[in-house]
Amino acid sequence: MGDLLARYDILGAFLMTIKISLAAGLLALVLGTLLAVFRLSPVPVLRAFGSTYVNLVRNTPLTLLVTFAQFGLLSLLNWHLANQSSPTSVADDNFRWGVLALGGYTAAFVCEALRSGVNTIPVGQAEAARSIGLTFTQTLREVVLPQAFRASIAPLGSTFIAMIKNSTVLSVIGVAEIAFLQSRIIDENADQLYTIMAIVALGFVILTLPLGMGATALSKRLAVKR
Amino acid sequence: MNTGPEQSAVTSRAPLVVLDKVNKHFGDLHVLKDIDLTVGEGEVVVLIGPSGSGKSTLCRTINRLETFESGSITIDGKPLPEEGKELARLRSDVGMVFQSFNLFAHKTILENVTLGPIKVRGMKKAEAEQRAKELLDRVGVGHQAGKYPAQLSGGQQQRVAIARSLAMDPKVMLFDEPTSALDPEMINEVLDVMTRLAKTGMTMIVVTHEMGFARKAADRVVFMADGQLVEQATPEEFFTNPRSERAKDFLGKILTH
Ligand SMILES: Nc1ncnc2c1ncn2[C@@H]1O[C@H](COP(=O)(O)OP(=O)(O)OP(=O)(O)O)[C@@H](O)[C@H]1O
Ligand SMILES: [Mg+2]
Repeated sequence: MGDLLARYDILGAFLMTIKISLAAGLLALVLGTLLAVFRLSPVPVLRAFGSTYVNLVRNTPLTLLVTFAQFGLLSLLNWHLANQSSPTSVADDNFRWGVLALGGYTAAFVCEALRSGVNTIPVGQAEAARSIGLTFTQTLREVVLPQAFRASIAPLGSTFIAMIKNSTVLSVIGVAEIAFLQSRIIDENADQLYTIMAIVALGFVILTLPLGMGATALSKRLAVKR
Repeated sequence: MNTGPEQSAVTSRAPLVVLDKVNKHFGDLHVLKDIDLTVGEGEVVVLIGPSGSGKSTLCRTINRLETFESGSITIDGKPLPEEGKELARLRSDVGMVFQSFNLFAHKTILENVTLGPIKVRGMKKAEAEQRAKELLDRVGVGHQAGKYPAQLSGGQQQRVAIARSLAMDPKVMLFDEPTSALDPEMINEVLDVMTRLAKTGMTMIVVTHEMGFARKAADRVVFMADGQLVEQATPEEFFTNPRSERAKDFLGKILTH
């Protein structure tokens, strides 16, 4: 095992997994919140957009989205997200499209987690907010979303754990994260199959276990008492 | 509608809330039928009637938590605008106290009361807190300012809800069965606050079946049935000598238990 760790940059690959997760997670959180606001808004066009996005994206395999981003948008249409003159432009482009696909995919789940949180809030909360003169946006920002986030911490935790594990899908477009490295190591060291798999599994447990426990603890601590 | 001589008592006050031929449907159900109602400045009106007659809907329509199809509602001469910023501003002039209190569950008692003044009126935080503390003292829950709603009794929560509405300096306050979710021993503490409020000259529309409150604090009782205002009179007159069959029938039912 020490031999594997010395010959391959396993830590670096895990760092890439973390980088993908942070970037895609942030994107998913922002986009997912926006989608949830759309789905709750009184404007029919926004509502339709929100639900179409969620239903379309949530029901498409992530692998398809990721490969579509890379082959369909990047390679065929030449939509670059990275600076073409940079020496790492190919890797950067793959990374960014990968993050976009993973973040956009996870956003649909974030939206639904938030919406389930919103559904736990009695309608009277928003009515009271409106009746003291808060606008629609203020009502969301001050009253509905803060309570929805608290009620959604546990499902959001599960969503982000799933996202971290889903980041391995980016190996199909050659992003140098841990699953990508894993298949390379297995190719070159078939005898060490169990070792490498154990290392990867352990790595994911280290990444996701604290997240799950943190989410549970936080959701208990921040739970809104009624 | 039965317009009796008591209507003339109203006209001596400047009209503050005026409903003119307001109609509303929920699907096929005609919940508000040609409602005409004028509430004068400083007047306290108790709205009473059987379950499902449309009292809550009427209250909620006055600050446009519900839309209506025809007719008009004006507050202090200004018609209620369509949904949007303008409506939000006008709504802040109309206080509303709900049966289920609806305090913001994730905010402290103090924050519940300061939210509106800070966000809607643009008041400085320190000033809003100062004012909120005065109001909380006035309704007798000043020492609970740092707690969360769930830590308070129902009666205390409802008094905070009243303070929250008062913090907006509303022109009129609507109460929709403010005591019917309360344990009996807490009803009076809330009614006392409301009675004192009535004495300060606040314009109030109160849906309640508390006849003690109606007799003590109301200038007028309006009886509603099947989406119509059937009868209105002074509390004394209404409770001792109702004119319509519907009102007699209704009072007979609530007085027997
Ligand atoms: N959101 C709604 N959608 C459909 N119907 C509704 C809605 N709200 C109320 N109704 C119906 O409208 C009628 C009037 O309801 P409302 O709540 O105004 O009566 P109420 O006089 O306040 O009754 P209660 O004394 O039980 O509170 C009832 O028949 C009720 O079922
Ligand atoms: Mg009601």
